[in-house]
Amino acid sequence: MDHHYTFHHELTKLNKKLLKLSATVEERVRRATEVIESKDMDAIQAIIVSDYEVDEMEIDIEEDCLKILALHQPVARDLRFIIAVIKINNEMERIADIAVNIAKRVDNIAKFKHQAAVSYDFSKMSDKVISMLKKSIDSFVNGDATLAKSIFLDDDVVDACRNRCYEDIKERIRKDPDHPGYHINTYLLARHLERIGDRAVNIAEEVIYFVEGTITRFN
Amino acid sequence: MELTSNQTHPAFPTLLSGAVHQESEQTRSQAYTTGRKTVGTPFVDKPRMTCRDVEVYYGEKCAINKISIDVGCNEVLAMIGPSGCGKSTFLRCLNRMNDTVPSCRVVGSICLDETDIYHPSVDVVPLRAQVGMVFQKPNPFPKSIYDNVAYGPRIHGLTKNKVELDEIVETSLIKAGLWEEVKDRLLEPGTGLSGGQQQRLCIARAIAVSPEVILMDEPCSALDPIATARVEELIAELRTQFSIVIVTHAMQQAARVSQRTAYFHLGDLIEVGATDKIFTNPKHRLTEDYITGRFG
Repeated sequence: MDHHYTFHHELTKLNKKLLKLSATVEERVRRATEVIESKDMDAIQAIIVSDYEVDEMEIDIEEDCLKILALHQPVARDLRFIIAVIKINNEMERIADIAVNIAKRVDNIAKFKHQAAVSYDFSKMSDKVISMLKKSIDSFVNGDATLAKSIFLDDDVVDACRNRCYEDIKERIRKDPDHPGYHINTYLLARHLERIGDRAVNIAEEVIYFVEGTITRFN
Repeated sequence: MELTSNQTHPAFPTLLSGAVHQESEQTRSQAYTTGRKTVGTPFVDKPRMTCRDVEVYYGEKCAINKISIDVGCNEVLAMIGPSGCGKSTFLRCLNRMNDTVPSCRVVGSICLDETDIYHPSVDVVPLRAQVGMVFQKPNPFPKSIYDNVAYGPRIHGLTKNKVELDEIVETSLIKAGLWEEVKDRLLEPGTGLSGGQQQRLCIARAIAVSPEVILMDEPCSALDPIATARVEELIAELRTQFSIVIVTHAMQQAARVSQRTAYFHLGDLIEVGATDKIFTNPKHRLTEDYITGRFG
């Protein structure tokens, strides 16, 4: 039997945990983008109150990483794997927090007496952000640095969506100056989505480090 | 064939390359090393020792297969690899310790400061002073601490009088980090010291004859963690004056003490590189597999 069986078994277990966290966070983001459109109060509350689950998973993964570092002193690809897991784990928890922020923001917007005749359409931006997040997870699972690098290009698209939203909201405020709070909150949804995109980029950077051993930063 | 990276990872069974995975370990190893070239940076600027196309045979058996590598000045070069890979055999070539094995034959060139150490005109006795050795098990002579250190300078005639000899003994023990512990009992037997102290005494004995290179064959494997830490600190200090080549099975030790690491496999030198690169991002699949415990 492989004399490092326990260590490799630990790595496999850790990987499964991270994938479970990733799937959970991806689902949270999907639900958060859905409530932007639906403003379903039950769904909003569900996202907000279940955030502790992600926090617990994140802590569990971090503890496993620290244990592996202390007990096995991994090197080479194993070391890069652990480092990538520590960082991606952190990014995932923050993305889940942003999903909660989106839910709270939507809750806030829904409580305004004033509602726009036509809600701002975030569907394209949401789809892109979810696709980036999914790609970042897939690139990690498959050790695919090329896929990870493609996320950098997607980020430009998401940034452009946010900029367009900024201009559109500015125009809406100009036309409807009596409800700036409503419009600003709407714009902040674009900011939240854009931040998820940024964090998917951070994950992609970690995937490139894990696969190729080079530290990459996308600006 | 040179294999520089792979997608295999235990956490990612989907990444296992089918062709590679189905081969036996031995077939795989042979395939990767046949006709291979050493990956990385085996050569340095201004080397202390140069080894070119070194082959070592025990009778008909080839233990080392055309290895070329430099030992730099003021560097610690760690040699790692599974048992039987030839790293100790190669280390012993560097001061002709293999001369004592009748069936052993060394081919190729090994130069110390541009002098071929295997040239018939070279006397091995001064050579072994220039290229000292510290062994796995501390082996002080059954003499006093003082005489252990003074032995080399005496037989090599390095001193004219007792005062000079005293000075060499003291300096060597200071450099070996042992002086403070033994200065009041220099005439007591060296074998009465603890294991870690005995090993540092052996290091003092090696440096008493002003070597250029110190070879260490698993110098800490018989020591406890505290004594190991002392010897590792000592290695770091000695590097400022000597070149050190260390064979170790403790990979974390190689990572801690060395500037360059060489990975041996079945008599081949697979990869040489900066230690931090070898342990974070090795270029060769075999190096990666060994240091991450995939085989060995």
